Amino acid sequence: MALKVQLFVTCLIDGMFPEVGVATTRVLERAGCEVDYDVRQTCCGQPAFNVGLFEDAARLARKFVDEYSSTTGPIVVPSGSCADMIIHHMADLLDDAEGVVKGVTSRVVELTSFLVDQLGNPALGAVCAARAVYHPSCHGLRNLGLSYQPKALLDQVEGLELVEIEGASDCCGFGGLFSIEFGEVSAAILDAKLDRIEAAGPAVIVGGDVSCLLHIEGGLKKRALPIEVSHISQILAGQ
Amino acid sequence: MSRISSLPSESLDFRSRARALLGSEEAAAIRLGTDRFAALRRQAEGEYPPMEKMRARAGDIRRHTVAHLGHYVSRFVENLEAVGGVAHIASGAEEACAIIGGLVGARGSVVVKSKSMLTEEIDLNQRLEASGHRVVETDLGEFIVQLAGGSPSHLIAPAIHMNRAQIGRLFADRLQAPYTDDPIVLNEIARAYLREIFLAADVGISGANFGVAATGSIVTVTNEGNGRFITTAPRVHIAVLGIERLVPSFSEMAVLLEVLARSATGQRLSVYTNIVTGPRLPGEPDGPEELHVVLVDNGRSNLLGGVFEEALSCIRCGACLNVCPVYREVGGHGYGSVYSGPIGAVISPLLFGEDAFGELAYASTLCGACLEACPVGIDLPRMLIAQRRREALAGKIPGPAASLARRYSSLATRPSRFERLWRLARLATWPLARGGFISWLPGPGRAWTDHHVLRRPARRSFRRTQGDRQ
Repeated sequence: MALKVQLFVTCLIDGMFPEVGVATTRVLERAGCEVDYDVRQTCCGQPAFNVGLFEDAARLARKFVDEYSSTTGPIVVPSGSCADMIIHHMADLLDDAEGVVKGVTSRVVELTSFLVDQLGNPALGAVCAARAVYHPSCHGLRNLGLSYQPKALLDQVEGLELVEIEGASDCCGFGGLFSIEFGEVSAAILDAKLDRIEAAGPAVIVGGDVSCLLHIEGGLKKRALPIEVSHISQILAGQ
Repeated sequence: MSRISSLPSESLDFRSRARALLGSEEAAAIRLGTDRFAALRRQAEGEYPPMEKMRARAGDIRRHTVAHLGHYVSRFVENLEAVGGVAHIASGAEEACAIIGGLVGARGSVVVKSKSMLTEEIDLNQRLEASGHRVVETDLGEFIVQLAGGSPSHLIAPAIHMNRAQIGRLFADRLQAPYTDDPIVLNEIARAYLREIFLAADVGISGANFGVAATGSIVTVTNEGNGRFITTAPRVHIAVLGIERLVPSFSEMAVLLEVLARSATGQRLSVYTNIVTGPRLPGEPDGPEELHVVLVDNGRSNLLGGVFEEALSCIRCGACLNVCPVYREVGGHGYGSVYSGPIGAVISPLLFGEDAFGELAYASTLCGACLEACPVGIDLPRMLIAQRRREALAGKIPGPAASLARRYSSLATRPSRFERLWRLARLATWPLARGGFISWLPGPGRAWTDHHVLRRPARRSFRRTQGDRQ
């Protein structure tokens, strides 16, 4: 029997990168899962939480917990940053005397971790003939410890040539609303990253968070570079 | 007169200071220096397998000491006085300056100093100079900064913001030395100049990396030997340290020394580890006749028992600065505080006031590189968010972030309104988009499009594609 999973796609994928939601669903199905998607879902509350607006974040946390407390099984999130928010901060925002919140948040797992740590890196049959740079987003890398998982998955992709850039794990400078509050600084940090990407000459930047990819893509297009960004699920779906 | 020579004014906000610094010669020097320090630290950690274990032990030691600070302060004072030193406790900057001013005033006119960020914090030099003393910094970086009339831009490398050509011109101008940008020759010029002053000095003022409670000892680590010189040659030695910079005993100090130099400069140990236990005793060949230790609180004890107590564990190695993407672009002067980088963004508002420094908590991408680098495991991202919480409660979130986050979150509480938001965003950006990308947005969006383009919201949200599929 197929393992039933809940898919929480995150708000940015919903509105800006729906193709990533489609790719994630396809990958999960190829891995043998039955994917359930609750159309009421929106945002994990991280934008409000990160600027200190805990009440606003708590309302979205409550909504999240209410929507998933009646389900069972893994809640898969194709974003290290949103998964980190839910796993590490959501429970602190809510009164959780009965343990319902922890019950829900402890089921949350980031996509690459789910595929590798829980499903044992199943064969996905992905093909992608491209030179690629993997960008490990900060929250996934440092707060969730996603290091070998994305690599293990990408190593299985036929035709994919991964190139390592200097300072690969340096922040891209996005930082959520930081990129609006201190746009100049955010852009300066991105510039250093883009210089290194440009020198490596990949066709695609692969990442596990569309937020960072949105930022990196904006810089790549501004420089008119022929480099695309791709969520790891899109590569794994062979798209 | 502004003490930050390269900046228009200290009273500006972070954004204005950052704007002035981005892309400057100063920022280039910072990038070079931090790259080097960060690489050296990684290499040193790689060559030291027990690093993770020692990091955990060092963190435990610091947290334990801070949690029992009152006890260790009493023990330190007791043991310092038992070996003939004199302890002074200053609650604030003013009191600390008055104590030190009083000690110096009666004992001579030429003061030599080794590196101490705390004396920068309390503005000691200005105070002593106003009383007619000659104060000379002897750490090479501090000496350069003092000659330039500037302020340090890094915890351990005060002149990291200057390149060698600038230093060559400074020495030519202020020391009448022939111009050179050769670091070895520049070092020799400073050395020759300082030697005379070392020998003429009446009082040596040093910082301290640690005070050892069990013995009343003061520990300073340096790479230049100046710290050893100024704590032995002058007749009087005054050590100034933050009240939290204590360790229980030498065995704990040994653990901290294992992580300090590796994290700071990538060295296994600094060149000089100087341990001073009391003044010169009868029959001893050298050392000062008087040893005074000034323990300065200046707001630190307010952090005890609260969510920010952990920040007092800091051993000022500078590792978090070197890896911070924001520090690496703007440097220490961007923060407008003597303490910069992630640790500075956390402690500056706590020690020096929310009004001037509260916004620094937002000068971070929350990337977590600081926590990863910290040799005592201070959870700086957690504290930056806690600091942002305080700012939010005071209604002081900078820029448009508060209203953007509030409105976005409010729309997200209802899926139908959230769906409408994306549809509207798609429609509204139709006249602005070229080939799927937006290169100009009005209002707060300009902060984004001034620097890069933005992907246009999708034609159909994921929710709609799924709704149609079901």
